[in-house]
This record gives sequence, C-alpha cells and structure tokens, in this order.
Amino acid sequence: MSQFFTEAVLIATVASGIRLAVPLLLASLGETYGQRSGVLNLGVDGIMLLGAFGGYYAVLETGNVWLGLLVGIGIGILLGLATALISVTLRAEQGISGIGVYLFGLGMSDLLFQRLVGTPTPISKFPKLDIPGLSDIPWLGEMLFQHSIIVYVAFGLVPFSMFVINRTVFGMKIRSVGENPEAADSLGVSVAKVRYATVTIGGMLAGVAGAALAIDLGIFQQNLTNAQGFIAIALVYFGAWRPLGVMAGALLYGFVNALVLQFKTLGIIPQSWSDIAAMAPAVITILALVVVARRFRQPAALTKPFTRGA
Amino acid sequence: MTTAGNALRVRSRFVAYLVPIAAVLAALLLGAIMLVLLDADPIEGFKAMFQGAFGSADALTATALKATPLLFVGVGITIAFRANVINIGGEGQMVAGGLLATGVALGLPDWPAVIMLPTVLIAGLIGGALWGAVPGALKAYYGVNEILSTIMLNVVAVQLMNFLLRGPMIDPGEIERGTRIPQTARLQEGADLPLLFGSGRLHIGPLLAVLSAIAAYILLWRTPIGYRLRAVGQSKDAAQYAGMPVKRTIVLAMTLSGALCGLAGAVLVFGSESHRMVTDGSTAGFTGSAGFNGIVAALFGGLHPLWTIPASFLFGGLLVGGNALQRAVQVPTALILALNGLIVVFVVASDRYRRTLQERASEAETAARLAAEAAATPTGPPPDATPPEPPIDTRAEPP
Amino acid sequence: MNRHRMRGTWLILAVVFTLLVAACGGDDDDATTTTTGEPSGTAGQTTTAASGEAFRIAIVAPSASNDLAFSQSIVDAVNVVSAERANVEVDVTDGTFVVEDAAAAIRDYASQGYDLVIAHGSQYGGSLQEIAPDFPDVSFAWGTAADTFGLDNVFSYEAASDEGGYVMGVMAAALSESGVIGVVGPVEVGDAKLYVDGFKAGAEANDSGVTVNVNYTGSFSDVALASEAAQAQISAGADVLSGTAQMVVGAVSVANDAGVLWFGTQANQSSLGGIVVASQVYKWEVVLRDILDKIEQGTLGGTVYEINLDNGGEVIEYNPAFTLPEDVTQLAEQTIAGIIDGSISTGQ
Repeated sequence: MSQFFTEAVLIATVASGIRLAVPLLLASLGETYGQRSGVLNLGVDGIMLLGAFGGYYAVLETGNVWLGLLVGIGIGILLGLATALISVTLRAEQGISGIGVYLFGLGMSDLLFQRLVGTPTPISKFPKLDIPGLSDIPWLGEMLFQHSIIVYVAFGLVPFSMFVINRTVFGMKIRSVGENPEAADSLGVSVAKVRYATVTIGGMLAGVAGAALAIDLGIFQQNLTNAQGFIAIALVYFGAWRPLGVMAGALLYGFVNALVLQFKTLGIIPQSWSDIAAMAPAVITILALVVVARRFRQPAALTKPFTRGA
Repeated sequence: MTTAGNALRVRSRFVAYLVPIAAVLAALLLGAIMLVLLDADPIEGFKAMFQGAFGSADALTATALKATPLLFVGVGITIAFRANVINIGGEGQMVAGGLLATGVALGLPDWPAVIMLPTVLIAGLIGGALWGAVPGALKAYYGVNEILSTIMLNVVAVQLMNFLLRGPMIDPGEIERGTRIPQTARLQEGADLPLLFGSGRLHIGPLLAVLSAIAAYILLWRTPIGYRLRAVGQSKDAAQYAGMPVKRTIVLAMTLSGALCGLAGAVLVFGSESHRMVTDGSTAGFTGSAGFNGIVAALFGGLHPLWTIPASFLFGGLLVGGNALQRAVQVPTALILALNGLIVVFVVASDRYRRTLQERASEAETAARLAAEAAATPTGPPPDATPPEPPIDTRAEPP
Repeated sequence: MNRHRMRGTWLILAVVFTLLVAACGGDDDDATTTTTGEPSGTAGQTTTAASGEAFRIAIVAPSASNDLAFSQSIVDAVNVVSAERANVEVDVTDGTFVVEDAAAAIRDYASQGYDLVIAHGSQYGGSLQEIAPDFPDVSFAWGTAADTFGLDNVFSYEAASDEGGYVMGVMAAALSESGVIGVVGPVEVGDAKLYVDGFKAGAEANDSGVTVNVNYTGSFSDVALASEAAQAQISAGADVLSGTAQMVVGAVSVANDAGVLWFGTQANQSSLGGIVVASQVYKWEVVLRDILDKIEQGTLGGTVYEINLDNGGEVIEYNPAFTLPEDVTQLAEQTIAGIIDGSISTGQ
C-alpha cells in the first residue's frame, strides 16, 4: 500500500480518473438536456461510436485534430436530428428506438473502419494545454491543469449547462416541456422544437464524446467505446438530471476505475482478483446512490411522446 | 354509411398490417444498396438470408433456437414494462441465470433428467430473479433508478462470469492441459435439454419459451397479481390509493422479469451445442445480445406476451438469416449488425403510424356499429356493448 | 402532421444513405478476404483437385480479420498456404464472438461440404466437439487448444506463446533502466495468461532484481481502460511495457507518447510506432501445410499441433525502426536458441 502514496502515483491516479471521466461527462451532459425535456435517448453509445470513427478518420486523413472534433460534432448533430425525428416527430417508443440506433452505430462504425482504414493506425492526439499559473501549483497543477484541451472543454460545459438549464429562457422551456408539455404547449412553447433542440444537443455532445475518446486515445477499433454510452446514460440518473450531479457521477466512476487500475498495477489487488476488482466502479456507483439516498423525481414527461390535444 | 365505414375499417386494418412489413422491407432495401456498394449480389444475398432463416427444416430449427432467448427476454421485458419498470438489464440477468444454473449443475451428482432438468432450470430462474430483484428493491426502497442499476449490474455480471469461469468453475482439464480456456466441463447429460423429435437439434427450449409467454399472458390478464402489476404501471398514485402494495409490486415486476431472463440464460447453457458455459470475456459472447434484442422483440409484439411469440420468431429469423447472408456473399459481419439496427429503427419509427391506423379502424368500427344500432332501434337505450378500451390495454391489442 | 412526417423521413433516409455510401463505397482494395480458386502462380503441383474441384477452406474467427492480432494471424496464414497451392477456395466468417453463432457457422460450412473448417477460437471447442461427429467426411481444425476430443476428424493447434513471451521478457529486462516492467493483459485466461506468465518468467530470469507489474483490465475490448492501465504502469515506474489482446492498441499509443518501450505479440505491431521493439508473430502456415498434406492423404484429424520457436511457427520479428543494441539482440538470439535446445525452460 505504501507504494501508492508516492507523489508520482497519486498524481497519475487523479489525472487518470479525470481522463476516464471526460467521455462519460460529455455524453451524459448531452443526455441530460434531452432527458430534462422528456426524451430518453438510449442510442448514445451508437452515436459515440460513429462520432469516434468520424473524428478518427478525419484526423487520419488530414492530421488536424480540430477537424476531427468538428466531424464528430457534425455526425453527432446529424444523428441527434435523426433521433429527434424518431422520438419526437414519429413518437416512437424511446427505449427501443435507441437500441436500434446503438446497433446501427456499432455495426456501421465497424464497417466504415474496415472499409476505409482496415488495421488500427495511430493518429495525432489533442495537444496538452498547461493552464498558465495554475499548472505550476505543486501536485494540484499536475493533477488538474496539465490535460489535453478537450478535458477543460468538458468540465467547462458543466457550469455552462447549469446556466443554460437553470437561468435562461431556453432552459425554462426545456424544464417545462419535460415536466408538463401540455401546460408548456398552452403557453405557446413548441414542445417539438424544444425537444428537437435538446436531443440534437445531446447527439452533438455524444458525437463529441466519441471523437474526444478516439482522438485522445489516438486510435480506433471496433466497439471503441465498449458501452461507455450506456454508463453515461446511467450517470444522468445518478446525477438526478443536474449537470453538477452528472459531473460527480462521471468523476466517481472515473476515479474508482483509475484507483482499481493503479491498485492492480501495484499488486495491492492480487492478480487473481482482477475481475472482481473490475466490478468496483459499477458497484460503488450504485452504493453511493443508496447511501446518499437522494430522491429526486425524474422529469414527469420522460419517455412520453407528446401529442397536441391528446 | 355502414358500407363506407366498413371500407375504411378494412382499408386501415389492412394497411396497419403492412406497416411493419413495409418498414422491414425499406430497411432491407437499404441493405441491398449496401450490398451492391460492397460488390456483393443482393439477390443472392437475400435468397441466402431467406433460405438460411426459413428455407429448410434445419433453417427453421436454427431460427426457433435463436428466437428462444428473445422470447423469454421479451416476455420478461413485457411484464416489467407493464408495471412501468424499464428493464435493460436482460444481459446481466441472463448471465446470472446461466451462472447459477451451471453452478448448481456442476455441484449435483449425476441425477436422472426428470429431477436434474427441473432443478437446474429453476436454478437459472432464481439466478435471474435475484439479479432482477436487486434493481427492483433498489428502485422501490432506495429510489435508485432501474436504468442506472440494471446498466451497472450488466457490468458486474460480465466480470462475475469471467471470474467464475476462469477460476472456481473452470474445467479441470483446462488446467491440466495448460490451455486455460474459460469454460466449464461438459455438464451432466441429465441436464441436456431433451430433443423434441428425438434427433436433430430442436430441443424443448422454444416450447418452454412459448409456454412462458402463455403463462405471462394468464398472469397479466387473468390473475389479481397481474392486475396489480398493470395498475401500478398505469398510475402508481392510483394504485397506492387503492391500497395496493406499490413497492412490493415493483420488486415483483423486476423479479419476474429477471427470472425469465435467467431462464433464457439457463436454456442457452443446457441447449447449447457444447452443453457447457463458456465466455469470450464479454456478455454478448454468451447472450448473443438477446438481452437487448429481446426488448426489441417485445416491442415488435406490441408488448403483449402472445404477440411476442411470432415477433421473436421473425426477429430470430432475421438474425439467423443475416448470418447466412454474410456467409453466402462474404460481406463483413458488421454490415449485418448495422442492418439489424436499421430494421429496429424503421419498425419502431413506423409503429406509431400503425397504431394510428389501428385506432382509426376501431373508431370507424365503433362508429359504424353505433350508426347501425341507432338505425335499428331509434328510441332504444344508448348502446353500451362496446365500452371504450381501458387505456391500460390499448397496446395489448393485436396488431 | 403528414407533411412533417414525410419531410422527416426523407431527412433520416438522407443521413442513413450518406453513411451507407461512405461505408461501402470506400477503398475496395481489401474487398473481404475471399480468394478465388484460380490456380495461383507457380507452386501448383498439388493434385487435390484432380477432378477440377477446388479444395475449400472455411475460417470462423471471433474478431475482425484485420485486427492486428488473433484473427488476422489465421487469415494471413490461410492466405499464404492457399497461394502456395492450386485451386484453393477460402471463405471467412469473422467477428463471430457469439459462440452459438459461431457454432451455426461451423455447422453450415460443414454441411456445405467444405474440406476443412477452421474454428479459430478456444471458446468454439465445446461446440465443435458436438458438431464434428455429425460430419465424418469433413476435417476440422480448432485452436488455440490442445485437445482433439479423441475424434479422428479434428486437428487442434496451439501456440507456445510462453516461449516468445519469455524471449520478450528477457529483452525487456535487459532494456529496462528503471528495473520496473509493466504488462497490460485482458482476462487471465488461455493464450493471454500463457504469454504473460512466460514474459514475467523471462524478465525475472534475466534480472532477478526486476519488478514485473501485471495488470489484467478485465476486458478484451476496452481500449480506454488498456490505455489508462499503461499510464498506471508508467506512473509506477515502468519504462518497458508489453501486453496482449486486441485492446492493447490503446496501451501502445500511451507508450508512444511517454517514450516507453513496447513488446507486442500475436501479430507484428511495428506499424504502431517506433517504440515497438519486437513482436512475437504466429505463423500458423507451419501447421496448416501439414494439415493440408494429411487431408490429401486421407487423414482428417487426430493431431495436436503446437507452434513454437523450434518449428518456426513462432517468430520474433524486430522493428526495423527501432535500433536494438547489439548485445540485446545477441541475448535474444541466445535465449531463442536455449529454448529450442531445451536448456532454457519457460517454467510453463
């Protein structure tokens, strides 16, 4: 255990937890918008995978990571629109249509990869950005302020989302549409427009999450996300539809994962218990919620398609 | 008046039947374009697909076997959905059921099949039930959302499977040979699912699945428990007001749902070619993603246990046929997965349109009858023979 | 409402269509892995198909056939062998990680009368044991495994990956300056365990003071976790890394950034970066040639094969982009020689 409490290891563990949290955070922030307005999108992982491939491929071809991110955004928006079309306009059963999108993304990203690339080929990654001043703080600077740019973007989106959801007119519309679409409709809010917007934002952030994952890893492979999109959805519930709570969930999941990896590496967790230890992030996430026992109510109209005058 | 109403009714009903079929065809058309772009012959491909799914006795057997876990899971999902609980933990529950059933089989002496088989199947049922009861209880008593807990428990289940199959439950022969393949020894023959026709590969699994669908139908619509489940699903507050134990009902819904998924896992083990449990390190390697695909089958069946039977069979056929297509024209398997996703999206997206048509048909039907009765007995009592369908049952209407 | 629906439908169709065209219209250079049965090139002296009928081989493999790892190793080998012989047809079903789907594919190929069906996945064995007796005229090969179930139409093949692992371990210990070496593994089973144990034994044999930290992430496919596991290894002082399974591409990428050395296995990973020192590569063609010869002579199974350093089935391929010190190359060659002549034991 003593090997764990060394400067290098402690710093690395915290930094690793933050990195692991980033794709989860991006995707679940996006999902938060949709769910607050009453739409459950179970297809996040499929959108992430396609965003990941798109971002990866763009960087592979051009070497420009920002273009990669942009492609991820574009793919995310397109698939977000498609998801909105399915669940808002066509009013499909949301739990199921998302599974279709997931399967489509899982297959299509792999197919695209096999046809256009073939073998995993490394690409350039996001540049690291040391925040001036802050990155020089001993310990803390290295843990928090020496990351790739996308990390700051992801965490920056937390206060931004809090502001949007809680303090803007658009946010008020989102919340009212999610709680009581009939009332919102009678006040002249277009339920469909608001939901299209939130689901598209959700898709966009899922696409960004995927592209960020691929570009941060510098590689693509079949099923790159390994179901992180589903974890991200779970974290929305963990965070009780609040950006800050979602961030807490993503960090908890990331940190426990990082801690387990570090403990395994140092032999604190014996090799033969590796799989049992790998359960820890999932179990602890559930337990944390039980212990905290917050009973936030979900948006009343979640998963319920809206029909005017129904 | 009546004739016009009838015409409308017939047309709408007819079109309603066609909607999901048209959706599948539209998805397949996209699949055909993909095949052309991949330099594969779509006609040959789809011929192979149909042949592989329905073209021979062997094909039908394969389809029935593929449909079996879909049906179990689909029925389980239906029960949960009816109580307004979303169970997306089918994957984990299947693994848990498979593991407990396998563990019990490994621990038992070589009993005759009459005792052995029920014992291990019930073990599977219990394994899945436990894995479902946990999120149920967490939801009911701790306010932990079931989507969160079922997703997390899927993660836990796969690690548990890997741990048990490479450790305590591994085939001793694998240690001896040093190959350490994470699988159990071949389980006792008493636990093999009996074959339906004495030979071939069709075992009693599909039959059990159909029976479970019928049982679920009876449970949901012919028993007080089923009424309670549906009432809680309809409105928790109203059910509470009516003095129903809402929390216990939620736990029950998840437990029943998990139990059926667990049974699916057990049937996968004892009905597999290898008659043992083996892992490739992922849940999907064992379940074939039936925990997800079963949800789709349930929806194709209108969340009605009986309609889930043909829905599972057709969906199973699509999956089996897709694999046959892949082999016949040599396209990447990923294409089949993408196509599978497209089919789901298209069918689900068109589902509301089907329901609208159906509602229009029943409205027309009612209107026609009202008109006819009004014409027959101008001064009679208002017709009460056709009360409006209770909202709780609208989705139970056969498509 | 209807107008809306129509517009929306066109939108989704457009999105989907764009993706499809992109997916399918791309480079067609590796248009799946089918090789036709044209008598290819020079080495066509075999007489399998005297009647003009092709010798048909089917491969069922769990991951993508170009995964730079396990599945690619068999597909490459079959392509090598089929190029050497006349009139060989190859069919591949890859990405079959669902065991029951693999069983269905194996059964289907067998019932279509393929001459050799290769079940390339340890997890397929249990199914094969049930299927093979139903097709006594079809030859099956199963790997990696060491059991033919006593059936005379099943071959099995395995890799002594501990041998290559041992050599890699020896080199790793020689190159490590910090005395700490990290290994990233998937799940502690089968081929992965064999390689990792051999690697560890080799490293410790070369330098008893060296520390080998082994980290099994719990997944064959989680690239992000493998990447962070590599980070953890580096923070714990490792300056040389190795790992096995398809998710290690994430770890190699981290090694690249940190300038830490990497040893690969299953396929040549030199393309992943200049820090890749060497890779243990499987050459299944060594086994396949013998299997095809046996089938021609009418023997359909019964042999357990092992590829190792001795029979040339396992080869250590050095990365030309990495300048390996002369003494380490010599040490590696001595170790290989020692394993081949039996003076060195990998401890397995």
